[in-house]
Amino acid sequence: MLDLSQVIDPVYIATIFFFIIGLQRMSNPLTARSGIVWAGAAMLIATIVTFLTPSLSNFALMALGIVVGGGLGYVAAKRVAMTAMPQMVAIYNGMGGGAAASISAVELLRTTTASVSSLAVIGGLIGAVSFSGSVIAFLKLQGWIRQRPMTYPGQQVVNILILLLAAVFGLLVLWHPFALPLSVSLLLPLFFVLALGFGFLMTLPIGGADMPVVISLYNAFTGLAVGLDGFSFATPNYAMVVAGVIVGAAGSLLTLLMARAMNRSISNVLFGAFGATEETGTVVKGSMKPIEADDVAVMLAYASSVVIAPGYGMAVAQAQGKVKELTDVLESKGVTVKFAIHPVAGRMPGHMNVLLAEAGVPYDHLFDRDEINPAFPNTDVVLVIGANDVVNPAAHRQGSPLYGMPILDVEQAKNVIVLKRGQGKGFAGIENDLFYRDNARMLYGDAQESVSKLTHALKKL
Amino acid sequence: MIDLTSVWTAVYVAMLAAFTGYVVISRVPVLLHTPLMSGSNFVHGIVLVGAMVALGLAQTPTEQLIGFVAVVLGAANVTGGYVVTERILQMFDRSSRKPAKRA
Repeated sequence: MLDLSQVIDPVYIATIFFFIIGLQRMSNPLTARSGIVWAGAAMLIATIVTFLTPSLSNFALMALGIVVGGGLGYVAAKRVAMTAMPQMVAIYNGMGGGAAASISAVELLRTTTASVSSLAVIGGLIGAVSFSGSVIAFLKLQGWIRQRPMTYPGQQVVNILILLLAAVFGLLVLWHPFALPLSVSLLLPLFFVLALGFGFLMTLPIGGADMPVVISLYNAFTGLAVGLDGFSFATPNYAMVVAGVIVGAAGSLLTLLMARAMNRSISNVLFGAFGATEETGTVVKGSMKPIEADDVAVMLAYASSVVIAPGYGMAVAQAQGKVKELTDVLESKGVTVKFAIHPVAGRMPGHMNVLLAEAGVPYDHLFDRDEINPAFPNTDVVLVIGANDVVNPAAHRQGSPLYGMPILDVEQAKNVIVLKRGQGKGFAGIENDLFYRDNARMLYGDAQESVSKLTHALKKL
Repeated sequence: MIDLTSVWTAVYVAMLAAFTGYVVISRVPVLLHTPLMSGSNFVHGIVLVGAMVALGLAQTPTEQLIGFVAVVLGAANVTGGYVVTERILQMFDRSSRKPAKRA
Protein backbone atom coordinates (compact mmCIF):
# COMPACT_ATOMS: atom_id res chain seq x y z
CA MET A 1 0.00 0.00 0.00
CA LEU A 2 1.21 3.44 -0.78
CA ASP A 3 1.81 5.47 2.35
CA LEU A 4 1.72 9.14 1.41
CA SER A 5 3.55 10.19 4.56
CA GLN A 6 6.64 8.50 3.09
CA VAL A 7 7.12 11.50 0.81
CA ILE A 8 7.55 13.90 3.74
CA ASP A 9 11.22 13.27 4.45
CA PRO A 10 12.41 13.34 0.82
CA VAL A 11 10.49 16.58 0.31
CA TYR A 12 11.96 18.10 3.48
CA ILE A 13 15.43 17.16 2.26
CA ALA A 14 14.72 18.83 -1.08
CA THR A 15 13.42 21.86 0.84
CA ILE A 16 16.67 22.25 2.72
CA PHE A 17 18.62 21.82 -0.53
CA PHE A 18 16.62 24.63 -2.15
CA PHE A 19 16.93 26.85 0.96
CA ILE A 20 20.71 26.57 0.77
CA ILE A 21 20.75 27.22 -2.98
CA GLY A 22 18.41 30.17 -2.38
CA LEU A 23 20.61 31.71 0.32
CA GLN A 24 23.66 31.09 -1.84
CA ARG A 25 22.06 32.95 -4.74
CA MET A 26 20.95 35.76 -2.43
CA SER A 27 24.62 36.33 -1.57
CA ASN A 28 25.37 37.57 -5.09
CA PRO A 29 23.77 40.74 -6.51
CA LEU A 30 23.32 39.17 -9.94
CA THR A 31 21.43 36.10 -8.77
CA ALA A 32 19.86 37.53 -5.61
CA ARG A 33 16.39 37.94 -7.05
CA SER A 34 16.08 34.31 -8.03
CA GLY A 35 17.32 33.19 -4.60
CA ILE A 36 14.12 34.10 -2.82
CA VAL A 37 12.06 32.38 -5.49
CA TRP A 38 13.95 29.11 -4.93
CA ALA A 39 13.50 29.39 -1.18
CA GLY A 40 9.84 30.33 -1.60
CA ALA A 41 9.07 27.33 -3.80
CA ALA A 42 10.77 25.07 -1.26
CA MET A 43 8.70 26.54 1.58
CA LEU A 44 5.50 25.99 -0.35
CA ILE A 45 6.06 22.29 -0.99
CA ALA A 46 7.28 21.76 2.59
CA THR A 47 4.06 23.30 3.89
CA ILE A 48 1.90 21.16 1.61
CA VAL A 49 3.49 17.82 2.48
CA THR A 50 3.26 18.61 6.19
CA PHE A 51 -0.50 18.06 5.91
CA LEU A 52 0.36 14.39 5.22
CA THR A 53 2.07 13.93 8.60
CA PRO A 54 0.56 10.82 10.28
CA SER A 55 -2.00 11.11 13.11
CA LEU A 56 -2.69 14.83 12.74
CA SER A 57 -6.09 16.36 13.36
CA ASN A 58 -7.44 19.93 13.60
CA PHE A 59 -6.97 20.43 9.85
CA ALA A 60 -9.67 23.10 9.66
CA LEU A 61 -7.98 25.18 12.35
CA MET A 62 -4.65 24.66 10.59
CA ALA A 63 -5.98 25.92 7.27
CA LEU A 64 -7.73 28.85 8.98
CA GLY A 65 -4.51 29.82 10.78
CA ILE A 66 -2.52 29.72 7.55
CA VAL A 67 -5.10 31.84 5.74
CA VAL A 68 -5.39 34.41 8.56
CA GLY A 69 -1.68 34.70 9.37
CA GLY A 70 -0.55 34.38 5.79
CA GLY A 71 -3.11 36.89 4.58
CA LEU A 72 -2.23 39.47 7.21
CA GLY A 73 1.49 39.01 6.63
CA TYR A 74 1.08 39.30 2.88
CA VAL A 75 -1.12 42.41 2.89
CA ALA A 76 0.97 44.27 5.47
CA ALA A 77 4.22 43.50 3.64
CA LYS A 78 2.78 44.58 0.29
CA ARG A 79 1.35 47.85 1.51
CA VAL A 80 4.19 49.17 3.61
CA ALA A 81 6.59 51.77 2.17
CA MET A 82 10.14 50.77 1.23
CA THR A 83 11.50 53.01 3.99
CA ALA A 84 9.68 50.90 6.58
CA MET A 85 11.34 47.64 5.50
CA PRO A 86 13.69 47.43 8.52
CA GLN A 87 10.85 47.36 11.00
CA MET A 88 8.92 44.91 8.82
CA VAL A 89 11.85 42.49 8.99
CA ALA A 90 11.79 43.01 12.76
CA ILE A 91 8.08 42.28 13.17
CA TYR A 92 8.05 39.18 10.94
CA ASN A 93 11.08 37.90 12.74
CA GLY A 94 9.26 38.45 16.02
CA MET A 95 6.33 36.43 14.73
CA GLY A 96 8.67 33.57 13.88
CA GLY A 97 10.01 33.77 17.43
CA GLY A 98 6.49 33.83 18.82
CA ALA A 99 5.57 30.78 16.74
CA ALA A 100 8.63 28.94 18.06
CA ALA A 101 7.74 29.85 21.64
CA SER A 102 4.15 28.69 21.11
CA ILE A 103 5.32 25.36 19.69
CA SER A 104 7.47 24.89 22.79
CA ALA A 105 4.46 25.66 24.97
CA VAL A 106 2.28 23.08 23.23
CA GLU A 107 4.99 20.44 23.32
CA LEU A 108 5.71 21.09 27.00
CA LEU A 109 2.03 20.70 27.81
CA ARG A 110 1.89 17.42 25.89
CA THR A 111 5.13 15.57 26.56
CA THR A 112 6.92 14.60 29.69
CA THR A 113 10.18 13.24 28.28
CA ALA A 114 12.90 15.20 30.05
CA SER A 115 15.52 15.09 27.26
CA VAL A 116 13.09 16.39 24.64
CA SER A 117 11.51 18.89 26.99
CA SER A 118 14.79 20.51 27.94
CA LEU A 119 15.36 21.52 24.31
CA ALA A 120 11.77 22.76 24.12
CA VAL A 121 12.35 24.90 27.22
CA ILE A 122 15.51 26.47 25.75
CA GLY A 123 13.79 26.97 22.39
CA GLY A 124 10.81 28.52 24.15
CA LEU A 125 13.00 30.90 26.14
CA ILE A 126 14.94 32.05 23.07
CA GLY A 127 11.82 32.30 20.93
CA ALA A 128 9.96 34.35 23.52
CA VAL A 129 12.90 36.74 23.99
CA SER A 130 13.13 37.12 20.22
CA PHE A 131 9.40 37.82 20.03
CA SER A 132 9.15 40.57 22.64
CA GLY A 133 12.54 42.03 21.68
CA SER A 134 11.56 42.23 18.00
CA VAL A 135 8.26 43.88 18.89
CA ILE A 136 10.14 46.59 20.81
CA ALA A 137 12.55 46.99 17.88
CA PHE A 138 9.57 47.37 15.56
CA LEU A 139 7.89 49.95 17.82
CA LYS A 140 11.11 51.94 18.12
CA LEU A 141 11.81 52.01 14.38
CA GLN A 142 8.17 52.78 13.63
CA GLY A 143 8.44 55.71 16.03
CA TRP A 144 5.55 54.49 18.18
CA ILE A 145 7.77 54.50 21.24
CA ARG A 146 10.79 56.65 22.06
CA GLN A 147 13.85 55.67 20.04
CA ARG A 148 16.27 57.02 22.62
CA PRO A 149 17.55 54.45 25.09
CA MET A 150 15.47 54.13 28.24
CA THR A 151 17.73 53.61 31.19
CA TYR A 152 17.60 53.63 34.96
CA PRO A 153 20.16 52.71 37.61
CA GLY A 154 20.66 49.00 38.13
CA GLN A 155 18.88 48.16 34.89
CA GLN A 156 21.30 45.43 33.84
CA VAL A 157 21.12 43.80 37.27
CA VAL A 158 17.32 43.74 37.11
CA ASN A 159 17.43 42.29 33.59
CA ILE A 160 19.85 39.54 34.59
CA LEU A 161 17.74 38.68 37.63
CA ILE A 162 14.67 38.35 35.41
CA LEU A 163 16.58 36.09 33.02
CA LEU A 164 17.77 33.94 35.93
CA LEU A 165 14.26 33.75 37.29
CA ALA A 166 13.00 32.67 33.86
CA ALA A 167 15.69 29.98 33.80
CA VAL A 168 14.63 28.78 37.25
CA PHE A 169 11.02 28.48 36.15
CA GLY A 170 12.21 26.68 33.02
CA LEU A 171 13.94 24.12 35.22
CA LEU A 172 10.83 23.81 37.40
CA VAL A 173 8.79 23.08 34.27
CA LEU A 174 11.26 20.29 33.44
CA TRP A 175 11.26 18.85 36.93
CA HIS A 176 7.59 19.07 37.63
CA PRO A 177 6.93 15.36 37.00
CA PHE A 178 9.26 14.61 39.89
CA ALA A 179 7.42 15.26 43.14
CA LEU A 180 6.73 18.94 42.68
CA PRO A 181 3.34 20.10 43.87
CA LEU A 182 3.20 22.88 41.29
CA SER A 183 1.44 22.09 38.05
CA VAL A 184 2.75 22.80 34.57
CA SER A 185 -0.28 24.91 33.75
CA LEU A 186 0.86 27.27 36.50
CA LEU A 187 4.61 27.14 35.88
CA LEU A 188 4.53 27.45 32.11
CA PRO A 189 2.73 30.82 31.87
CA LEU A 190 5.08 32.25 34.53
CA PHE A 191 8.08 30.97 32.58
CA PHE A 192 6.89 32.62 29.37
CA VAL A 193 5.90 35.87 31.05
CA LEU A 194 9.41 36.15 32.49
CA ALA A 195 11.05 35.27 29.17
CA LEU A 196 8.90 37.81 27.32
CA GLY A 197 9.64 40.39 30.00
CA PHE A 198 13.36 39.84 29.62
CA GLY A 199 13.26 40.40 25.84
CA PHE A 200 11.18 43.51 26.41
CA LEU A 201 13.42 45.02 29.09
CA MET A 202 16.62 44.02 27.35
CA THR A 203 15.66 45.89 24.16
CA LEU A 204 14.27 49.09 25.73
CA PRO A 205 17.69 50.51 26.69
CA ILE A 206 19.03 50.04 23.14
CA GLY A 207 18.91 53.14 20.94
CA GLY A 208 17.25 53.20 17.54
CA ALA A 209 20.57 53.55 15.73
CA ASP A 210 21.61 50.12 16.91
CA MET A 211 18.37 48.41 15.93
CA PRO A 212 19.72 46.80 12.72
CA VAL A 213 22.29 44.87 14.75
CA VAL A 214 19.66 43.95 17.31
CA ILE A 215 17.19 42.79 14.66
CA SER A 216 19.90 40.65 13.09
CA LEU A 217 20.67 39.17 16.51
CA TYR A 218 17.02 38.34 17.14
CA ASN A 219 16.87 36.88 13.65
CA ALA A 220 19.64 34.48 14.69
CA PHE A 221 17.75 33.83 17.96
CA THR A 222 14.59 32.88 16.13
CA GLY A 223 16.58 30.57 13.86
CA LEU A 224 18.09 28.86 16.88
CA ALA A 225 14.71 28.58 18.62
CA VAL A 226 13.22 27.00 15.49
CA GLY A 227 16.15 24.57 15.31
CA LEU A 228 15.72 23.54 18.95
CA ASP A 229 11.97 23.18 18.54
CA GLY A 230 12.64 20.78 15.68
CA PHE A 231 13.92 18.37 18.34
CA SER A 232 10.95 18.88 20.62
CA PHE A 233 8.73 16.48 18.65
CA ALA A 234 8.66 12.74 19.28
CA THR A 235 10.15 12.31 15.80
CA PRO A 236 12.58 15.19 15.25
CA ASN A 237 11.60 17.50 12.42
CA TYR A 238 14.91 17.82 10.62
CA ALA A 239 13.66 20.43 8.17
CA MET A 240 13.16 22.75 11.15
CA VAL A 241 16.43 21.71 12.76
CA VAL A 242 18.58 22.28 9.70
CA ALA A 243 16.88 25.45 8.43
CA GLY A 244 16.79 26.87 11.96
CA VAL A 245 20.44 26.15 12.70
CA ILE A 246 21.51 27.53 9.29
CA VAL A 247 19.71 30.79 10.07
CA GLY A 248 21.11 30.76 13.60
CA ALA A 249 24.68 30.49 12.30
CA ALA A 250 24.24 32.82 9.34
CA GLY A 251 22.38 35.36 11.48
CA SER A 252 25.07 35.34 14.14
CA LEU A 253 27.77 35.96 11.56
CA LEU A 254 25.71 38.70 9.93
CA THR A 255 25.25 40.33 13.35
CA LEU A 256 29.01 40.33 13.90
CA LEU A 257 29.64 41.79 10.43
CA MET A 258 27.13 44.58 11.05
CA ALA A 259 28.52 45.41 14.47
CA ARG A 260 32.03 45.47 13.01
CA ALA A 261 30.92 47.92 10.33
CA MET A 262 29.94 50.28 13.17
CA ASN A 263 33.14 49.51 15.08
CA ARG A 264 31.11 48.31 18.03
CA SER A 265 31.13 45.04 19.91
CA ILE A 266 27.92 43.11 20.39
CA SER A 267 28.07 43.62 24.16
CA ASN A 268 28.54 47.34 23.60
CA VAL A 269 25.44 47.41 21.42
CA LEU A 270 23.38 45.41 23.88
CA PHE A 271 24.51 46.95 27.14
CA GLY A 272 26.03 50.27 26.13
CA ALA A 273 22.76 52.27 26.08
CA PHE A 274 24.42 54.14 23.23
CA GLY A 275 23.26 57.70 22.77
CA ALA A 276 21.82 57.96 26.28
CA THR A 277 24.64 60.04 27.67
CA GLU A 278 25.17 63.59 26.53
CA GLU A 279 28.76 64.41 25.83
CA THR A 280 29.99 66.92 28.35
CA GLY A 281 32.93 69.28 28.40
CA THR A 282 33.26 69.81 24.66
CA VAL A 283 31.89 72.98 23.19
CA VAL A 284 31.79 73.13 19.43
CA LYS A 285 33.19 76.40 18.18
CA GLY A 286 31.79 78.42 15.32
CA SER A 287 28.29 78.50 13.93
CA MET A 288 26.17 76.71 11.36
CA LYS A 289 26.17 78.72 8.15
CA PRO A 290 23.06 78.46 6.01
CA ILE A 291 23.14 78.60 2.21
CA GLU A 292 20.49 78.92 -0.52
CA ALA A 293 19.81 76.33 -3.20
CA ASP A 294 20.75 78.70 -6.05
CA ASP A 295 24.21 79.26 -4.59
CA VAL A 296 24.73 75.54 -4.17
CA ALA A 297 23.68 75.00 -7.80
CA VAL A 298 26.35 77.42 -9.00
CA MET A 299 28.93 75.72 -6.82
CA LEU A 300 27.96 72.33 -8.26
CA ALA A 301 27.93 73.53 -11.85
CA TYR A 302 31.53 74.69 -11.64
CA ALA A 303 32.77 71.67 -9.72
CA SER A 304 34.63 68.91 -11.49
CA SER A 305 33.97 66.22 -8.91
CA VAL A 306 30.98 65.85 -6.62
CA VAL A 307 30.40 63.17 -4.02
CA ILE A 308 26.95 62.49 -2.59
CA ALA A 309 26.79 61.03 0.91
CA PRO A 310 23.21 59.88 1.59
CA GLY A 311 21.74 58.91 4.94
CA TYR A 312 18.46 58.15 6.63
CA GLY A 313 17.12 61.63 5.81
CA MET A 314 17.11 60.71 2.13
CA ALA A 315 15.12 57.57 2.89
CA VAL A 316 12.59 59.44 5.03
CA ALA A 317 12.07 62.12 2.40
CA GLN A 318 11.90 59.50 -0.39
CA ALA A 319 14.39 61.69 -2.20
CA GLN A 320 16.28 58.94 -4.04
CA GLY A 321 14.46 59.56 -7.35
CA LYS A 322 15.23 63.28 -7.19
CA VAL A 323 18.83 62.51 -6.29
CA LYS A 324 19.12 60.35 -9.40
CA GLU A 325 17.70 63.23 -11.46
CA LEU A 326 20.22 65.65 -9.96
CA THR A 327 22.99 63.17 -10.76
CA ASP A 328 21.88 62.98 -14.40
CA VAL A 329 21.83 66.77 -14.76
CA LEU A 330 25.27 67.10 -13.20
CA GLU A 331 26.71 64.40 -15.43
CA SER A 332 25.26 66.08 -18.51
CA LYS A 333 27.29 69.12 -17.47
CA GLY A 334 30.45 67.03 -17.31
CA VAL A 335 30.65 66.77 -13.52
CA THR A 336 31.86 63.44 -12.11
CA VAL A 337 29.36 62.21 -9.51
CA LYS A 338 30.11 59.48 -7.03
CA PHE A 339 28.13 58.15 -4.11
CA ALA A 340 29.80 57.54 -0.77
CA ILE A 341 27.99 54.72 0.99
CA HIS A 342 28.70 54.27 4.66
CA PRO A 343 28.01 50.66 5.63
CA VAL A 344 25.52 51.65 8.32
CA ALA A 345 24.03 54.75 6.72
CA GLY A 346 20.27 54.58 7.09
CA ARG A 347 18.72 52.07 9.39
CA MET A 348 20.18 48.89 7.96
CA PRO A 349 23.38 47.91 6.24
CA GLY A 350 22.79 48.22 2.53
CA HIS A 351 19.77 50.47 3.08
CA MET A 352 21.20 53.21 0.86
CA ASN A 353 22.26 50.78 -1.86
CA VAL A 354 18.74 49.43 -2.02
CA LEU A 355 17.13 52.88 -2.28
CA LEU A 356 19.59 54.14 -4.88
CA ALA A 357 19.19 50.95 -6.88
CA GLU A 358 15.43 51.57 -6.76
CA ALA A 359 15.99 55.01 -8.24
CA GLY A 360 18.20 53.56 -10.99
CA VAL A 361 21.64 54.77 -9.90
CA PRO A 362 24.17 52.36 -11.44
CA TYR A 363 26.21 50.18 -9.06
CA ASP A 364 29.53 51.49 -10.34
CA HIS A 365 28.62 54.94 -9.00
CA LEU A 366 28.42 53.59 -5.45
CA PHE A 367 31.60 53.47 -3.39
CA ASP A 368 32.35 51.93 0.00
CA ARG A 369 33.74 53.99 2.81
CA ASP A 370 37.24 52.59 2.35
CA GLU A 371 37.19 53.20 -1.41
CA ILE A 372 35.94 56.78 -1.25
CA ASN A 373 37.72 58.18 1.81
CA PRO A 374 41.08 58.77 0.04
CA ALA A 375 39.22 60.72 -2.66
CA PHE A 376 37.69 63.39 -0.41
CA PRO A 377 40.67 65.82 -0.37
CA ASN A 378 40.37 66.03 -4.18
CA THR A 379 36.61 66.45 -4.17
CA ASP A 380 35.14 69.87 -4.89
CA VAL A 381 31.73 69.48 -3.33
CA VAL A 382 30.26 66.87 -1.04
CA LEU A 383 26.48 66.80 -0.73
CA VAL A 384 25.49 65.24 2.57
CA ILE A 385 21.85 64.28 2.12
CA GLY A 386 20.23 63.46 5.43
CA ALA A 387 23.27 61.75 6.91
CA ASN A 388 24.62 62.81 10.27
CA ASP A 389 26.45 60.45 12.58
CA VAL A 390 28.28 58.66 9.77
CA VAL A 391 29.95 61.93 8.74
CA ASN A 392 30.60 63.28 12.24
CA PRO A 393 34.32 64.02 12.68
CA ALA A 394 33.77 63.69 16.44
CA ALA A 395 34.45 60.02 15.77
CA HIS A 396 38.12 60.94 15.48
CA ARG A 397 38.16 62.68 18.88
CA GLN A 398 38.94 60.67 21.97
CA GLY A 399 36.23 60.88 24.61
CA SER A 400 33.41 61.30 22.15
CA PRO A 401 30.78 58.57 22.37
CA LEU A 402 31.32 58.06 18.65
CA TYR A 403 35.08 57.70 19.08
CA GLY A 404 36.53 54.98 16.90
CA MET A 405 33.56 54.55 14.59
CA PRO A 406 34.84 54.62 11.01
CA ILE A 407 33.21 57.55 9.23
CA LEU A 408 33.13 59.14 5.80
CA ASP A 409 35.81 61.85 6.00
CA VAL A 410 33.71 64.39 4.10
CA GLU A 411 35.18 67.29 6.07
CA GLN A 412 38.36 66.93 3.97
CA ALA A 413 36.55 68.00 0.82
CA LYS A 414 36.82 71.59 -0.40
CA ASN A 415 33.14 72.30 0.22
CA VAL A 416 30.56 70.37 2.19
CA ILE A 417 26.87 71.08 1.72
CA VAL A 418 24.64 69.51 4.33
CA LEU A 419 21.00 68.99 3.35
CA LYS A 420 19.12 68.80 6.59
CA ARG A 421 15.60 69.36 7.83
CA GLY A 422 16.54 71.42 10.87
CA GLN A 423 19.27 71.94 13.40
CA GLY A 424 18.60 68.74 15.34
CA LYS A 425 21.15 66.15 16.29
CA GLY A 426 21.66 62.78 14.64
CA PHE A 427 20.33 59.48 15.82
CA ALA A 428 23.13 59.04 18.31
CA GLY A 429 22.11 62.37 19.87
CA ILE A 430 25.56 63.86 19.49
CA GLU A 431 26.43 67.34 18.25
CA ASN A 432 28.02 67.19 14.80
CA ASP A 433 31.29 69.13 14.56
CA LEU A 434 31.09 68.99 10.78
CA PHE A 435 28.24 71.50 10.60
CA TYR A 436 30.40 74.12 12.29
CA ARG A 437 33.43 73.72 10.00
CA ASP A 438 34.45 76.64 7.82
CA ASN A 439 34.00 74.64 4.62
CA ALA A 440 30.51 73.47 5.58
CA ARG A 441 27.21 75.11 4.64
CA MET A 442 23.72 74.10 5.65
CA LEU A 443 20.87 73.79 3.14
CA TYR A 444 17.79 73.50 5.32
CA GLY A 445 14.59 71.86 4.19
CA ASP A 446 13.06 68.51 3.27
CA ALA A 447 15.61 66.50 1.31
CA GLN A 448 13.28 65.84 -1.61
CA GLU A 449 12.37 69.54 -1.97
CA SER A 450 15.95 70.74 -1.59
CA VAL A 451 17.23 68.32 -4.20
CA SER A 452 14.48 69.31 -6.67
CA LYS A 453 15.33 72.97 -6.13
CA LEU A 454 18.97 72.19 -6.85
CA THR A 455 18.06 70.34 -10.03
CA HIS A 456 15.84 73.20 -11.21
CA ALA A 457 18.47 75.82 -10.49
CA LEU A 458 21.10 73.73 -12.28
CA LYS A 459 18.95 73.30 -15.38
CA LYS A 460 18.60 77.08 -15.62
CA LEU A 461 22.36 77.68 -15.47
CA MET B 1 17.11 5.78 28.93
CA ILE B 2 18.16 8.18 26.23
CA ASP B 3 19.14 6.68 22.90
CA LEU B 4 22.66 8.04 22.39
CA THR B 5 22.75 7.21 18.67
CA SER B 6 19.97 9.67 17.92
CA VAL B 7 21.67 12.30 20.07
CA TRP B 8 24.86 12.00 18.05
CA THR B 9 22.92 12.08 14.78
CA ALA B 10 21.34 15.30 15.98
CA VAL B 11 24.74 16.78 16.81
CA TYR B 12 26.10 15.83 13.37
CA VAL B 13 23.16 17.44 11.64
CA ALA B 14 23.27 20.60 13.74
CA MET B 15 27.03 20.99 13.30
CA LEU B 16 26.93 20.62 9.52
CA ALA B 17 23.98 23.00 9.31
CA ALA B 18 25.84 25.60 11.36
CA PHE B 19 28.85 25.37 9.03
CA THR B 20 26.59 25.69 6.02
CA GLY B 21 25.01 28.85 7.40
CA TYR B 22 28.42 30.29 8.17
CA VAL B 23 29.89 29.52 4.74
CA VAL B 24 26.87 30.77 2.79
CA ILE B 25 27.07 34.16 4.50
CA SER B 26 30.81 34.64 4.88
CA ARG B 27 31.59 36.25 1.52
CA VAL B 28 28.58 38.52 1.21
CA PRO B 29 29.04 42.15 0.14
CA VAL B 30 27.67 44.79 2.53
CA LEU B 31 25.21 45.70 -0.20
CA LEU B 32 23.36 42.44 0.38
CA HIS B 33 23.32 42.39 4.17
CA THR B 34 19.77 43.69 4.40
CA PRO B 35 18.23 41.41 1.75
CA LEU B 36 20.08 38.45 3.22
CA MET B 37 18.87 39.23 6.72
CA SER B 38 15.38 39.42 5.30
CA GLY B 39 15.93 36.21 3.32
CA SER B 40 17.11 34.27 6.35
CA ASN B 41 14.15 35.74 8.20
CA PHE B 42 11.99 34.05 5.57
CA VAL B 43 13.88 30.74 5.87
CA HIS B 44 13.17 30.41 9.58
CA GLY B 45 9.54 30.69 8.57
CA ILE B 46 9.89 26.89 8.29
CA VAL B 47 8.64 27.18 11.87
CA LEU B 48 5.21 27.05 10.22
CA VAL B 49 5.74 23.36 9.51
CA GLY B 50 6.37 22.72 13.20
CA ALA B 51 3.42 24.87 14.18
CA MET B 52 1.18 22.77 11.93
CA VAL B 53 2.40 19.54 13.51
CA ALA B 54 2.01 20.99 17.01
CA LEU B 55 -1.55 22.08 16.26
CA GLY B 56 -2.30 18.80 14.51
CA LEU B 57 -1.27 16.80 17.57
CA ALA B 58 -2.99 19.14 20.05
CA GLN B 59 -5.86 17.64 22.04
CA THR B 60 -7.04 19.98 24.79
CA PRO B 61 -8.57 23.36 23.92
CA THR B 62 -5.56 25.12 25.50
CA GLU B 63 -3.15 23.21 23.28
CA GLN B 64 -5.33 23.91 20.27
CA LEU B 65 -5.44 27.62 21.04
CA ILE B 66 -1.67 27.94 21.47
CA GLY B 67 -1.12 25.74 18.42
CA PHE B 68 -3.44 27.95 16.40
CA VAL B 69 -1.52 31.06 17.53
CA ALA B 70 1.69 29.33 16.47
CA VAL B 71 0.28 28.61 12.99
CA VAL B 72 -0.96 32.19 12.55
CA LEU B 73 2.39 33.66 13.61
CA GLY B 74 4.36 31.16 11.54
CA ALA B 75 2.26 31.81 8.43
CA ALA B 76 2.72 35.57 8.84
CA ASN B 77 6.47 35.03 9.18
CA VAL B 78 6.47 33.06 5.92
CA THR B 79 4.38 35.33 3.71
CA GLY B 80 5.61 38.59 5.21
CA GLY B 81 9.23 37.45 5.07
CA TYR B 82 8.83 36.40 1.45
CA VAL B 83 7.16 39.60 0.27
CA VAL B 84 9.60 41.89 2.09
CA THR B 85 12.60 40.03 0.69
CA GLU B 86 11.05 39.95 -2.77
CA ARG B 87 10.43 43.70 -2.67
CA ILE B 88 13.95 44.47 -1.53
CA LEU B 89 15.50 42.19 -4.14
CA GLN B 90 13.27 43.49 -6.91
CA MET B 91 15.42 46.60 -6.86
CA PHE B 92 18.50 44.60 -7.72
CA ASP B 93 16.94 43.21 -10.83
CA ARG B 94 17.95 45.48 -13.68
CA SER B 95 15.96 43.90 -16.48
CA SER B 96 12.44 43.90 -15.10
CA ARG B 97 12.56 46.97 -12.93
CA LYS B 98 9.78 49.45 -13.26
CA PRO B 99 10.89 53.05 -13.71
CA ALA B 100 11.46 54.76 -10.37
CA LYS B 101 8.36 56.25 -8.86
CA ARG B 102 8.09 60.00 -9.11
CA ALA B 103 6.54 61.56 -6.07
